[in-house]
Amino acid sequence: MVVESAVREPLITGGKSVHDVTEDISRRVEQKPAPTWLLAMAVSLGLLAVGSYSVGTLLWEGIGVWGNNNTIGWAWDITNFVWWVGIGHAGTLISAVLLLFRQRWRMSINRASEAMTIFAVICAAMFPVLHMGRPWLGAFWALPLPNTYGSLWVNFNSPLLWDVFAISTYFSVSLVFWYIGLIPDFATIRDRATNKISAAIYGALSFGWVGAARDWSRYETVSLVLAGLATPLVLSVHTIVSFDFATSVIPGWHTTIFPPYFVAGAIFSGFAMVLTLLIVTRKVYKLEDYITLQHLEMMNIVIIVTGSIVGIAYITEFFIASYSGVEAEQYAFINRAFGPYNWAYWSMMTCNVISPQLFWFKKIRTSIASTFIISIIVNIGMWFERFVIIVTSLHRDFLPGSWSMFEPTIHDMGTYLFTFGLFFTLFFLFAKFFPVINMAEVKSIVKATGEKVTAKEVQVETAEKVEN
Amino acid sequence: MESNKNFVLGVYEDEDVLLKAIKEVRGAGVKIDEVYSPFPVHGIEDVLGYKRSRLSIVAFMFGVLGTSLALTMQIGMLGIDWPMIIGGKDFIAIPDFVPVTFELTVLLASFGMVGTFMVISNLKPWAKPRIYDIRITDDKHVMAVDLAKNDLSEDQIKGIIDGSGASEVNNKEFE
Repeated sequence: MVVESAVREPLITGGKSVHDVTEDISRRVEQKPAPTWLLAMAVSLGLLAVGSYSVGTLLWEGIGVWGNNNTIGWAWDITNFVWWVGIGHAGTLISAVLLLFRQRWRMSINRASEAMTIFAVICAAMFPVLHMGRPWLGAFWALPLPNTYGSLWVNFNSPLLWDVFAISTYFSVSLVFWYIGLIPDFATIRDRATNKISAAIYGALSFGWVGAARDWSRYETVSLVLAGLATPLVLSVHTIVSFDFATSVIPGWHTTIFPPYFVAGAIFSGFAMVLTLLIVTRKVYKLEDYITLQHLEMMNIVIIVTGSIVGIAYITEFFIASYSGVEAEQYAFINRAFGPYNWAYWSMMTCNVISPQLFWFKKIRTSIASTFIISIIVNIGMWFERFVIIVTSLHRDFLPGSWSMFEPTIHDMGTYLFTFGLFFTLFFLFAKFFPVINMAEVKSIVKATGEKVTAKEVQVETAEKVEN
Repeated sequence: MESNKNFVLGVYEDEDVLLKAIKEVRGAGVKIDEVYSPFPVHGIEDVLGYKRSRLSIVAFMFGVLGTSLALTMQIGMLGIDWPMIIGGKDFIAIPDFVPVTFELTVLLASFGMVGTFMVISNLKPWAKPRIYDIRITDDKHVMAVDLAKNDLSEDQIKGIIDGSGASEVNNKEFE
């Protein structure tokens, strides 16, 4: 039996019963699509179509259609890649790390955040895939496949190859973790289905789950072990992404602080994106009883912590550059803050260092409007962080004769838009056809932390006091 | 074809009542076939007398397999098949092989364990599940007792289940 202190705020409000959970969540899957959903879907498909034009041009013409030049060989492509991968960190962190720490508030939000993780990683993967120019040959460059050059194998000493393994492992393990959680919920929808088509589809998706105690016991073991495996995995992914930069000899990149600083930044931006999406989802789907203000506040606290780590990392980086006595390193940082890209640097500092500190005020951290606004500001700031690290470090290199500026072309923007279209299309499809909240997990805490129970316990306690 | 199977089903509303009921029913000498729940009930394995799942051992074994495959692959390719000097490092530069080894360990451990789970629990898209009660995946816990595997009479079993706090006692037949 699970016992929860009566003084704790209930995690699920509205006096929900187990059956109410099934009703509230499954109904969204069974209803006809709402007009708001159709509109949202149309907008994201529009974005996808506009972006597809750029992607098509890119594949036809080659990556010369991007604004990258000899000096700035990496620009928006890898900025967007790192940005999306970073966003894709919150889901697994919520479901794995918070599971290991037995944080029950994760249960209402893990499904949607894991979905977001998976879609964000797909969007991230678009950039390395597209930047190959001829992605259909990419398997030979990225995977150790036998080939006619020897075989000449891939270079396992290269962080770019580590990235291939890290991102694809992260994607597949997150997908499996997410799907395992979905199986019991698909079974719920299967057993409620009123027509043959949805019964067949959700029947296949549910893998024949019936909720036997033996299966639940295995399921719990699998979840726990997957969480244990996914926790170091999620930390490794952004660590390895940061190696892409940290193992190079470019001033501004060549720093040992990168792995922890990137991981903190990833969690920071991931939680911000989860907040942006969940605030809208809970409003549209009327899930206020499941995703309460308490849930939002918890996520805001994670944002303060990781945002502060990121802020300290920025300052440390600056200090170490100056203290190192390496002229090139010192120049790289002075150039970031006061060079031609100073607007990007100060946008980053404002959005990432100052704005999350506002969450120290309880009023701001428990206000939905301000949380929504700050979550978007944080994501803008995190995009600028990657832009600052990448473009600003490259644009003034070792040879002043080759100094240059980066100008994005319409196809840089188009490719970025394409990933937005893809992300939102996938997310809206998920929100319509999949249960957005993990019903089985939430049901398991209804009794212990639902409002009915906590209220009852308080009554019993006060009654006992009166008697005494 | 197997002959028809007759089950007595006890339907329970509450997980704590269920846990107590399982103890009582088993104490009265009834063999429970299986208990079905809409969500994981803590401690149900203990009262049903199930052993701890060994899937974590499976995960470990697959992890070891992943580690060795990854190291064999990298050492074999870069160390033996086509050695190249890259950045002045050794041909077999073990520190450089750590990230890929780690990732493949995690990958094989996760997929091996989940695959094993799917196989032993018979989870597959074309599975035809035996649904005892449609409300199991909603909010009811159902205890299924196979009459053929019990020596007690149907009425005796029904009486025991009824007395243990079940909200309904039903019959279910499968072909």
